Amino acid sequence: MREGRSSEMSDEEPPGGGGPPPPFSDQVLENVLESVLQFLDCRRDRNAASLVCRSWCRAEGQTRRELFIGNCYAVSPARAVERFPRVRALVLKGKPRFADFELVPAGWGAGFSPWLAALATSNPWLERLCLKRMSVSDADLSRLARSFPSFRDLTLICCDGFGTVGLAAIAEHCRHLRVLDLIENDVEDQGLDWVSRFPESTTSLESLVFDCVGCEVNMDALEALVARSPSLRRLRVNQRVSVRQLRSLMVRAPQLSDLGTGSFGEGGEVGEGEGEVEVADLEAAFAASRSLVCLSGFRNHAPQFIPAIYPVCANLISLNLGYSVITAEELEPVIIHCHNLQTFWVLDTVHDEGLQAVAATCKDLRELRVFPLDGTEDSEGFVSDIGLIAISEGCPKLRSILYFCHGMTNAAVVSMSKNCPELVVFRLCIMGLRRPDRLTGEAMDEGFGAIVMNCKKLTRLAVSGLLTDKAFLYIGKYGKSVRTLSVAFAGNSDSGLRYVLEGCPKLQKLEIRDSPFGDAALLSGLHHYYSMRFLWMSSCKLSIRGCKEVAQRLPHLVVEVIRDRPEKDDDEAIDDGEAVETLYMYRSLAGPRDDAPRFVKIL
Amino acid sequence: MEGEATYVSDLDNLKATELRLGLPGTDAPEKPTPASPRGSKRALLAADEECQSKSKSLGADSSGQEAAPVAKAQVVGWPPIRSYRKNSFQARKAEEEAAGLFVKVSMDGAPYLRKIDLKVYEGYKELRKALENLFKCFSLGELSGMEGCNGSEYAITYEDKDGDWMLVGDVPWEMFISSCKRLRIMSGSEARGMRSSP
Repeated sequence: MREGRSSEMSDEEPPGGGGPPPPFSDQVLENVLESVLQFLDCRRDRNAASLVCRSWCRAEGQTRRELFIGNCYAVSPARAVERFPRVRALVLKGKPRFADFELVPAGWGAGFSPWLAALATSNPWLERLCLKRMSVSDADLSRLARSFPSFRDLTLICCDGFGTVGLAAIAEHCRHLRVLDLIENDVEDQGLDWVSRFPESTTSLESLVFDCVGCEVNMDALEALVARSPSLRRLRVNQRVSVRQLRSLMVRAPQLSDLGTGSFGEGGEVGEGEGEVEVADLEAAFAASRSLVCLSGFRNHAPQFIPAIYPVCANLISLNLGYSVITAEELEPVIIHCHNLQTFWVLDTVHDEGLQAVAATCKDLRELRVFPLDGTEDSEGFVSDIGLIAISEGCPKLRSILYFCHGMTNAAVVSMSKNCPELVVFRLCIMGLRRPDRLTGEAMDEGFGAIVMNCKKLTRLAVSGLLTDKAFLYIGKYGKSVRTLSVAFAGNSDSGLRYVLEGCPKLQKLEIRDSPFGDAALLSGLHHYYSMRFLWMSSCKLSIRGCKEVAQRLPHLVVEVIRDRPEKDDDEAIDDGEAVETLYMYRSLAGPRDDAPRFVKIL
Repeated sequence: MEGEATYVSDLDNLKATELRLGLPGTDAPEKPTPASPRGSKRALLAADEECQSKSKSLGADSSGQEAAPVAKAQVVGWPPIRSYRKNSFQARKAEEEAAGLFVKVSMDGAPYLRKIDLKVYEGYKELRKALENLFKCFSLGELSGMEGCNGSEYAITYEDKDGDWMLVGDVPWEMFISSCKRLRIMSGSEARGMRSSP
């Protein structure tokens, strides 16, 4: 939707078909306009075009084929569908990101049903749908499958509320299905064999990703499905699939470009002598997969099978070992062949040595993510500033990094800021709360300061470790392109938040937890909140009074106060001085939502 | 900074007078109940601040940070790892724990092999005893391999992950069971050779 300001919102015309049809010459103009506008793809360009005048707005609305809605509560489904009646592809995002870390109580919202209802009744041409952090039920999936005859692509990311029943409905009723990508969803195991439900004839399947589905699938059905899907280029299986079963799948789909290997270990029904024969067979299967450029899985791998992937290493653009408990010794013989690698996800079990090996070979690396095996705060911590420095020195083209570590130094972060000028995303998570520089004992202000100063293209930043207001001063002063900022356990006073709100004009998404920012800081951002998608503040120093004032001064903002105590009576008068546990506020054309649960108070 | 310190210390005093089980500084259980999350987070802040000032006065010593906060209670949602990821590893751990670790045991001269679950034993002593019981029907004498014992003709060996045959008893038990693929009770001169090497 539009990322405009409040004045534009109040001037906005009734969308789409409101009012009498334009006179003839205007109609011709609009037809011409529509023919031209259909070449505009980028949504920001389209948003700009729609602001020119009413007829441009109308024409643009009629021709928009791809709709992106970053917050499902920013606009009502009815209004969206009315303004953009011919949308073919929809991206819809629901819960705030901190819901991934259990900071949003269950039942908060982001249900897909109202959107489905609006689409099903007025737009039968929908072909592609991508939902992130939405609640989707089996009934929703079933209705989805039956409502859109041309439906092709379904991508569900971090969603919940559905299970194998819903998947079966999709498989069975979406006759032209090309993409079924299930990424990190919580899928209920109802025991239904959904894989058998795909049509028996040749399918148009191009991508099938189900590594997050916990229950076993019918392997015979899967093999047969793969065999009759000649367009299949991406297949990511779940960890119930053993390496032997994987091989059977691979020989039926040598054209794959993206493979998720499941467990990559033993399992399933295996005869006694079968183990050893397989490594060579497996390697042959990889050697035959000449198009393979993206590899993932290895959920519970058996080390003896790792060498089977050597034939494809040199072609790999993306390698995800993020669920694989792999050591530096096991990694080195693999990574040494991966000169073309651009994306690498790995566990910190490879240690700094493993990262040094990556830095030595992967000169083209663009994205690195290092996840912790042991996510507890007081874990040993296997990677440190040493690994970060190695990467910065070896991978100058780095654009995006997510790095979980135990100890870090300012020097290492400064080094990365200077060696990696292309950085767009810098997310450093020092897991110990408020850890200072492990060598100097100082706050991590200078390190993050260097990042915002030197990385001119930086749009996304996540900070951690011991940080004073000075770090935020730097961010406000130099972080002119920053759009997303994540803050946890940082800052000294209201000044910290003020620096950011006053200094970062492009800021759209701000999520803060456990930091000492209060009402005064909150109010310093009033000039900017309509330009933002959302602000999240939990366990800070806010009170109801401050939040109420924001709500009063900015009527197009929905100000949600989320409480810990769901059983509290929501009719009870709230004391203005009451501390606010969680504030989640966002601009919206739809006003306060009507599906808010009891623990959410909309001010 | 000042205001925050008082706020936090008030809560601290309150907590100090509370009667409860557990170490001082330990707070809410892993899953915070509705009433307590704010309290647990604040108390954690207090403990952590103390620790930080301690580590600063100790100088820039990395070991200063190892004096971890006394509170072992996990902060909700920290570090920011998706529960999907956390559950993946927990599930695997649970699976491994439930599955048992069965390895084949062969004994030179015995007509058939046996299989045992290494997980049920707590250490080498129990393992040797169990192996003795398994093979005593062949009346092949007492199994040894323990330090100080001599005269026995057998040595218990195992094949590790790299395919090498090692003498049982050299490495810590946990390391042993994670790398042992099969056991072989060696007899005669081979056994003597294994046991005499340093």
